[in-house]
Amino acid sequence: MRWIWIDKFLSFESGKSAVAVKHATLAEEHLHDLYPDFPIVPHSLMVEGFAQTAGILVGEARKFAEKVILAKITRATFHRLVRPGDAIEFHARIDQLSEHGASTSGQILCDGQTVAEIEMMFSHIDQNMSGLAFPEHNFVFTDQFKQLLETYRCGDVISL
Amino acid sequence: MAMSRDEIYAKVKEVLVDALGVDDEEVTPKATLRGDLGAESIDFLDIAFRLEKAFGIKIPRGEMFPEDLFTNAAYVKDGKITPEGLAEMKKRMPHFDFTELEKDPNIENVQFTVDTVVNYIQSKVNG
Repeated sequence: MRWIWIDKFLSFESGKSAVAVKHATLAEEHLHDLYPDFPIVPHSLMVEGFAQTAGILVGEARKFAEKVILAKITRATFHRLVRPGDAIEFHARIDQLSEHGASTSGQILCDGQTVAEIEMMFSHIDQNMSGLAFPEHNFVFTDQFKQLLETYRCGDVISL
Repeated sequence: MAMSRDEIYAKVKEVLVDALGVDDEEVTPKATLRGDLGAESIDFLDIAFRLEKAFGIKIPRGEMFPEDLFTNAAYVKDGKITPEGLAEMKKRMPHFDFTELEKDPNIENVQFTVDTVVNYIQSKVNG
């Protein structure tokens, strides 16, 4: 099972932007790993949440025909900590998209405050890794990921 | 209105600093993108996207960095560019400086420099 780091989509505009939310809870063991008696959400996991939001956005833009891989975190600037009980919103947009991949950017917000500003690149690996063979099936976009979009119930906008 | 080489260079420099996270002074005309500035394959896509935005141009696949040439067995043999490969490169890459490659056709001498990018952009924006 993959570790899905977003709970649901709040909005989804095909090929343009998406907002997903993740609720941080004290029940998650990794919140206790960084500092004793001071649980926070690790920045690396917030980057993962943003990557999942933006990655699904990029994959859906090509109807999940491409294997979309996070290839580069161009920038990740954090401004504040996130604590248990916070609702973490990942606001991602596609800046540029081509047959090779996509550049994305956006913010992570909590209570309307900017937690982080992020830029990242995704690669369509079948288009870029000439000479390397990958499995035929799309191992990136499993049913688990696609169910996130089904949960959002936007079947009239997004064809799965 | 045509852009001067200095204007193009300044914008290219800004793009490379943003895309590669290097310092201003590291970007010099002769600096190689991979060797000196540490570019990896995904960075070439990042650079192409940023140049498209900065100059309002479209960069077709394989035009600026025709990497497909270097995986073609007819053009590269035993780590060297073949005469056919060199002819194809000259046709498709007029923005590339062939001085070193003509002396020694080792594929290691296929190095894209900041000047290569500036030459390419100059041909795109000024025709």
